[in-house]
Amino acid sequence: MIDAGSTAFFSAIGACLDPQIIWLLVSSVPGGLWVSAIPEATQRISGHLGLRVDYTFRFRDVWRHQDLLLEGAVLTLQLSGSAIVFGVLIGVLGAGMKTSQFRQLRWIVEVYVEVIRNTPLLVQLFIVFFGLPSLGIKLDAITAALITLSINLGAYLVEIIRAGVEAIAKSQIEAGLSLGMSRLQLFRYVILFPAVKIIYPAAASQFVLLLIASSVASLVGAVDLFHAGAFIESRTFRSLEAYLVITAIYLVMALFFRAAFAGIYHVVFVRR
Amino acid sequence: MRELVTGDFIWLLFAARWTLGLTVVAIVGGSLIGVIIMVLRVVPLAPARAVAIAYINVFQGTPVLGQLLIIFFGIPILTGANVSPWAAAIVSFSLYAGAYLGEIWRGSVQAIPKTQWEASASIGLSTMEQLRYVIVPQAFRISIPPTIGFWVHLVKDTSLASILGFIELTRAAQIMNAATFRPMTVFLTIASIYFVICFVLTRLSARLEGRLRVAR
Amino acid sequence: MSLVEIENVHKSYGQLEVLRGVSLNIDEGEIVAVIGRSGSGKSTLLRCINGLEPIQSGTIRFDGEQVNAPKTNLRQLRQKVGIVFQSFNLFPHLTAERNITLGLTVVKKMPLPEAKEIARKVIVQVGLEDKLTAYPDMLSGGQQQRVAIARSLAMSPKLMLFDEITSALDPELIGEVLRVLADLAKDGMTMMLVTHEMGFARNVAHRLVFMHDGEIGEEGPARAVLDAPKTPELSSFLGSVLV
Repeated sequence: MIDAGSTAFFSAIGACLDPQIIWLLVSSVPGGLWVSAIPEATQRISGHLGLRVDYTFRFRDVWRHQDLLLEGAVLTLQLSGSAIVFGVLIGVLGAGMKTSQFRQLRWIVEVYVEVIRNTPLLVQLFIVFFGLPSLGIKLDAITAALITLSINLGAYLVEIIRAGVEAIAKSQIEAGLSLGMSRLQLFRYVILFPAVKIIYPAAASQFVLLLIASSVASLVGAVDLFHAGAFIESRTFRSLEAYLVITAIYLVMALFFRAAFAGIYHVVFVRR
Repeated sequence: MRELVTGDFIWLLFAARWTLGLTVVAIVGGSLIGVIIMVLRVVPLAPARAVAIAYINVFQGTPVLGQLLIIFFGIPILTGANVSPWAAAIVSFSLYAGAYLGEIWRGSVQAIPKTQWEASASIGLSTMEQLRYVIVPQAFRISIPPTIGFWVHLVKDTSLASILGFIELTRAAQIMNAATFRPMTVFLTIASIYFVICFVLTRLSARLEGRLRVAR
Repeated sequence: MSLVEIENVHKSYGQLEVLRGVSLNIDEGEIVAVIGRSGSGKSTLLRCINGLEPIQSGTIRFDGEQVNAPKTNLRQLRQKVGIVFQSFNLFPHLTAERNITLGLTVVKKMPLPEAKEIARKVIVQVGLEDKLTAYPDMLSGGQQQRVAIARSLAMSPKLMLFDEITSALDPELIGEVLRVLADLAKDGMTMMLVTHEMGFARNVAHRLVFMHDGEIGEEGPARAVLDAPKTPELSSFLGSVLV
């Protein structure tokens, strides 16, 4: 069921991320031009440092697999985008449960948050992908990665969201209550906007971290961007070039989304 | 395929020393680099700041997996020397930790109110003296909880060194799983080991944060 | 020669001009109170005197030395000019005693026992001899401010600057701080204080300066100025503070 749901979700996001459209943008930058300058520069620098280099960078071999890189990048974005949606849902739910009057609910959330935040993402992924089948739950690599990333992100967001809501001054809430607002009105008009304003920057940086960390999905065989790097390495034996290129693509994506999130913040929260 | 025996769990437990060892060495190396990055980041010299910002962006904006593999394949190519997975992991995690620690410490120094600089300047302290007697002692206290918080991240991130074949906790678990095919047991075991290490550090950090909030 | 000579000083933050040609002399032993609305430039003027705020034009001389000249050793100058801030600005990680001795041992290179001797003397002066080992967060606002005064006094300054030092205090704590100031005045300390305490200015200050829109609106003997304001600006200001 999860699988069907996530597939539908992927195709929805995929529609916005049509590889052909992106490719038009990417290929407008003449890749061969800038990468061909690198070997000479490297040799010059190493020469100055007294290092001997008889290695010629061959980025062209990697670049030849641009379609794989693009497909990988698209999957990485789809995977991260979906994990962010589910992660936010989990985070909101968890933060809500944490303010519940039932001790058991609060305790469950606390255990969840502590367990996830104090264990490596990679191990969590291994438990979901390799461990769950022994309980009869078989998941493909992408679904396993999506579940793990969502659960992981959710744990961090619970704390961020809770802290954001708690940061709204008591005096504000008292002022709202003195105006005779109901709890719902109070949340809608007094708490929501300032809380989201506090939560947003921390959450946005978690989103970018998630995009980068999603590369672990390749270690269980999801054909994301990092996996494309490994595949190209095995085809071309240009290990360094392959990983330099995909790492650079991650960097570009991270910087782009960081700037985009900051821009959104500026438009939504600063101009008021 | 064979059965899991008690000795296997002890073997896993002992593999944790490589996780801890890698973390500690990366903390030492990362702290040295972090100090340099922090200084470059605050000096009134635009090119220095640009270098520091670029460094921070690269190491905070790329997957640790990519950093590990680039170092692992890059060092032999640039230096002609062969590099062991252990050495590559140390270099990689030190560079990575340096970017985060440098930023944490810069934030701590900049969190000290301007009035503290003014008050110490007003009794005639030089910039170095202001730093040494007034700013750094306070910044140090502020920085302890986030610094330990980053150590927790580092412990978890060292699991990625398994990609180089470096046998720390996660790699050991993979090997154990291949031999016994008891993935749930094996991975839950190492998750618990990670949890104990990280939870102790997390509690310590939270405790210090509470205690240090009383400014002194 | 006056101890402080301020000549036609201009200062702006970007577009905003906060001091628009201020000239003022302060003689040794004189007590000058500066009053005015917030934003009139009174605190800025005070902070220019020990070089905390750079100025764009004009000159400020202290003890014959030009404060705003590039070759001036501000560190040496600041040892002779004590300043006390509105928000105390004690060093929170140090005891009251260490707050006081820090400048003595580090800047004046005084041996610690000697510095401690001075710390004891000045802490008695502000009436807090039992708080020497206390940290700032263990002290009330009034006590913190008195330690801050002691910290400045320890450097044996020739001039003391007070920047609205009672504004952040609860009303019942203001008295203890003003009493310390009155004692200092009796001892003949040269002082310049930015204040909202009109009664105190009237009784203790020799001269009163009214700042308005970055300029000196009116100045003269404290009582005379307060009792018979000449300008409508001062009248209206006094009307608004003396309810």
